[in-house]
Amino acid sequence: MNSPENLTPDPLLKNLIFMNSVDYLINLTRANSVWPLTFGLACCAIEMMATGASKYDIDRFGSGPFRATPRQSDLMIVAGTVTHKMAPRVKRLYDQMPEPKYVIAMGGCVIRGGPYVKYGYHVVKGVDLIVPVDVYVPGCPPRPEALLEALFKIQKLMKREKILDKTRRTTKPEVYAPQSV
Amino acid sequence: MGLGRDEIHSIVKERFKDAVLEDHLEAAEPYIVVRPDVIEDLAYFCRDDERLQFDLLSCISGVDYPPRNVIEVIYCLDSTSQNHWLIVKVALPRDNPRLRTVENVWRTADWHERETFDLLGVIFEGHHNLVRILCAEDWEGHPLRRDYVMPETYRGIKNVVY
Repeated sequence: MNSPENLTPDPLLKNLIFMNSVDYLINLTRANSVWPLTFGLACCAIEMMATGASKYDIDRFGSGPFRATPRQSDLMIVAGTVTHKMAPRVKRLYDQMPEPKYVIAMGGCVIRGGPYVKYGYHVVKGVDLIVPVDVYVPGCPPRPEALLEALFKIQKLMKREKILDKTRRTTKPEVYAPQSV
Repeated sequence: MGLGRDEIHSIVKERFKDAVLEDHLEAAEPYIVVRPDVIEDLAYFCRDDERLQFDLLSCISGVDYPPRNVIEVIYCLDSTSQNHWLIVKVALPRDNPRLRTVENVWRTADWHERETFDLLGVIFEGHHNLVRILCAEDWEGHPLRRDYVMPETYRGIKNVVY
């Protein structure tokens, strides 16, 4: 009784109806309309802007409307050196984003402090000390192609979401220690 | 073209006499070292003197020298009308570096002095708003001092040392 054939008796209409799981459909729409947060901290942001501009054109891949508010965005591209002075602001922006949210750590400074790793008193040694990171993009700064690759990885992650999974991606603890180095 | 460095140095020495402690014309970038207490007078003199007309303060910076137990504050003066320049250094004791502000002479000095205060702890007396400019307000210590030790954590964020 509940098979698709019974629900759509009209043979013409049958070809127009597409049946799949809710997860698949929601994830498909989500992964093809990624809205990143307009947010750049240093030189990596220039490459991020190049990624959004006409030559690399992030819009081709279903992303690109850089939102001016964290409440409307689901991807945070941390592009540039995160200083201790900036860290609380980054954390606050992340906290204001609605679930599910994703983070790309773009560039060496964001991953582990980059050139400031040893003597940089003012640089947070990796943004993953403040917010959970999904994809790391090494480079100084990374090429726009590398950022696009990171976007594809994010889209893959998005397609794995399950809407009924309550334990899914909750905000991780305030500050958590990095893996042993 | 403006005055030569030797002429500028002699004009300053003529006015400030023994307050000019050292005169290094032979250096690659000639400079004079003056006594800390004359710095404001010297600033006014350099700006208002007809021959000098130093209307631009390019930079104030500081260097920490633990072996000599001094912190040097360096003023780079520039004259846009005369096209000449002068470098003035002041040596201050490391344990109590205090200096008169020149922000009333050149407005530019405001932020430069705040930076020197932030990173080296030089206190500019008479400055209207001597607070940190680069580091966060609750930062401890002055990072460009040679004996500065990086804090282990700052606001709960660990400063991992690799």
